[in-house]
Amino acid sequence: MSDPAAAARARERVAEVTQNQKPEIPQEKEPARMREILKIRARKVDFYYGPKKVLQEVSIDIREKQITALIGPSGCGKTTFLRTLNRMYETVKHARAEGELWLDGDNILELELSSLRRRVGMVFQKSNPFPKSIFDNVAYGLRVHGIVRRGKLAERVEQSLRAAVLWDEVKDNLHKPALALSGGQQQRLCIARALAIDPEVLLLDEPCSALDPISTAKIEELLFSLSDRCTQVIVTHNMAQAARVADYTGFFLLGKLVEFSDTKTMFTTPASKETEDYITGRFG
Amino acid sequence: MRWRKTVNALMSGVTAACALAAVAPLVFLLGFLTWKGASSLNLAFFTQLAKPVGETGGGMANAIVGSGQLLLLAAIFGVPLGLLGGIYLSEFGGWTVPFLVRYSADLLASVPSIVIGIFAYAVVVLPMGHFSALAGGFALGVMLLPIVVRNTEEFLRAVPVSLREGAFALGTGKWKTIVSVVVPAGLQGILTGVLLALARVAGETAPLLFTAFSNHYWAQGWSQPVASLPVMIYTYAISPYDDWHRQAWAAGLVLLGLVLLVNVLSRLVLARKMAARRLA
Amino acid sequence: MNKSSTAVLGETTPRERRRLLVGTRGVDATARGVTLVSALSVLAVTGWLVVELWRNSALARHAFGLRFLTDRTWDPVFEKFGALPFVYGTLVTSALALLIAVPLGVGAAIFLSELAPRRASDVLTFLIELLAAVPSVVFGLVGIFVVVPWVRTSLGPALRSALGFLPLFQGSIYGVGHLTAGLVLAIMVLPFIISISREVLLSVPNELREGALALGSTHWESTWKVVVPTAATGILGSVFLALARALGETMAVTMVIGNDPRISASLFAPGYSIAAVIANEFTEATGDLYLHALVELGLVLFGLTVVLHGLARALVHMTASKAQAGGVRA
Repeated sequence: MSDPAAAARARERVAEVTQNQKPEIPQEKEPARMREILKIRARKVDFYYGPKKVLQEVSIDIREKQITALIGPSGCGKTTFLRTLNRMYETVKHARAEGELWLDGDNILELELSSLRRRVGMVFQKSNPFPKSIFDNVAYGLRVHGIVRRGKLAERVEQSLRAAVLWDEVKDNLHKPALALSGGQQQRLCIARALAIDPEVLLLDEPCSALDPISTAKIEELLFSLSDRCTQVIVTHNMAQAARVADYTGFFLLGKLVEFSDTKTMFTTPASKETEDYITGRFG
Repeated sequence: MRWRKTVNALMSGVTAACALAAVAPLVFLLGFLTWKGASSLNLAFFTQLAKPVGETGGGMANAIVGSGQLLLLAAIFGVPLGLLGGIYLSEFGGWTVPFLVRYSADLLASVPSIVIGIFAYAVVVLPMGHFSALAGGFALGVMLLPIVVRNTEEFLRAVPVSLREGAFALGTGKWKTIVSVVVPAGLQGILTGVLLALARVAGETAPLLFTAFSNHYWAQGWSQPVASLPVMIYTYAISPYDDWHRQAWAAGLVLLGLVLLVNVLSRLVLARKMAARRLA
Repeated sequence: MNKSSTAVLGETTPRERRRLLVGTRGVDATARGVTLVSALSVLAVTGWLVVELWRNSALARHAFGLRFLTDRTWDPVFEKFGALPFVYGTLVTSALALLIAVPLGVGAAIFLSELAPRRASDVLTFLIELLAAVPSVVFGLVGIFVVVPWVRTSLGPALRSALGFLPLFQGSIYGVGHLTAGLVLAIMVLPFIISISREVLLSVPNELREGALALGSTHWESTWKVVVPTAATGILGSVFLALARALGETMAVTMVIGNDPRISASLFAPGYSIAAVIANEFTEATGDLYLHALVELGLVLFGLTVVLHGLARALVHMTASKAQAGGVRA
């Protein structure tokens, strides 16, 4: 460390951030936190695009009903890793994953694809609502997985839109086109769509990067409210967001998981030098 | 310097004149056809059969219906295959098959329509032993097929990958994604393209000359020769009878009017769609 | 709230459950197969076309060989079939059409892409592109009753008095003939040249124009000396496309060319084109050799299409890779 004073000041700033900006945690959450059940376990996961090895021996524990953030500079592999969890890479030729990936007791790499994706949902960087009505967007996943009765659909759609804190804004316009909504609303719609099929895990790939600060704040609050409902893994470019939102954080660099710990420890006393350098802004 | 400025102004004028000269034929065509043909567009034209040679009056009802029959046949042959083929090119892909299919589609679309007529003659008329609506419909269908394939492919490719990923992430299978998300998203463009292609083959004469041939009466079913608007225009125009000339103008106006109407509406719809996407 | 996948199933009906369990793999594989076959149908039709053209021209090919293209006599009665008059007529009318349409078209394209205000350019282009949708028989109709009389009474005599020293403009003026056919063809191919050339010109990067202007060129100079040369390959592609159209054009030509299988130096003389003779004589072809000769003409047209299509594709490919490489080399 060539400038201990600067590093110390940076550490203090980050500590302030984590202490001041994390909202009050309701008491009911504490017991779940202590439980430490592992929802997803990755052991020595390698990922290849053709001959090129892009992820190296990634081993990580995702705890149930906790929010885990994956941070790191561009191209470090965090999004690639996220997308192995629901095997989104399968549309790309010559992409393959090796190693162990467990969802509870099931091998992610061998699960039937449709079932896997019902249990592990995904929200994307740029909202991608279908060119259909708001109702049909949320109902889409339900219909795919066999729920077609009108009454049941309407009930689940309302539940999901409430969970995504969007119901009040759209309840009178369910049959209007989804593309007429604002950017923040569209992203919340996509979250509702993902929630409708009751996933156990929700993967979020930089969900707020295309949104303004107010919409971002709304979505972060929303993610908190979801934590008693499902496990969340969020990739983010924004360290402050990770500090605000996540219980656990993993730092990726050049395809390797360099460090993984609870967020407070990661940002106040990181174990490795690279983590410290990244967090204090020496590179990005 | 003054010389260069003069050249600059001169060439601006020259090129502007070129552009106006290019627009003039369309304006002239529309105006002239209206002038010559509008007065002959009466009820009789649309409802009566052609009168025997020498008698005045009569109409082109059978030609209008015949054209409709031929277009229906062409659509049955060319549209489903074209849509599905376009889906393959866009959604399933690969390298060799798409390349070969695109090459042959573009080639087939460039083949002169009279050669397509020869093909239909060899394949349908020869085995049947006579002219028929089927043969004409087949010829027009062969012309329609490559256009629909390429058009469908183009509009499906334009659907953003993010929509497909959104459906996959919910556990949707590939075909279901295509049918419930991708095709609906590209449908407007695809349908407009089909309509434009139909308008184009509706005006084709050459491939019908020795397939559907012609018929002075109502066609008896699909395996008999059938009259069509373009062939009637041709037959009447080269005849020595003034009354037939008059009807040829009217028919020309109807044909041109329909074709231009479909083209203008389709392009406006597509242009608005493109503009909306650019703003999004 | 959190359930495993089986719990979701618990809420579904037996029918829904069956649909879920069957999974998508079977459906997807079938879909892939069906759409593949549909796509291959295009290949199949094209191949079938070639086969039929080849088979049904066999008699003529064996009887005449390559002399088919060089013999001047087309005599159905004595079953001597030489296609030279038609090749001549096709080439002459197409050349004439290009001679008129290329300068006019490129000039219009330059105006529309470089000099006209955007809105006016869009409207004019829209109208010009509509011309491409006009059916051939409509062009023929106007050709017979408007262009033919005009050539006979106005253009023909004017050309003969001004340029009559050339064999091209000598002889009787019937109204129908190579000149009229060339004129009508020119109008028909014009929109293709303009549309493609305009697009190609618009895609030339602005930096090139600005570079020329910054060196003190006038607007015209930057256009003519920098932009157009950059777009030249694409413009050439449009010319090939126009040529392909002109060669295969049937109805408008047969209605105004006079349908006379004779070779003459004068543009005023009636002639014949490959497509026109097929159109006129196909239904009257008595005898297999006659029919096969006509089909062989179709084969010739097809061959020309393949060549021109290939050239046009190669040009488009070259333009695309040049654009990637980044503009004009000094």
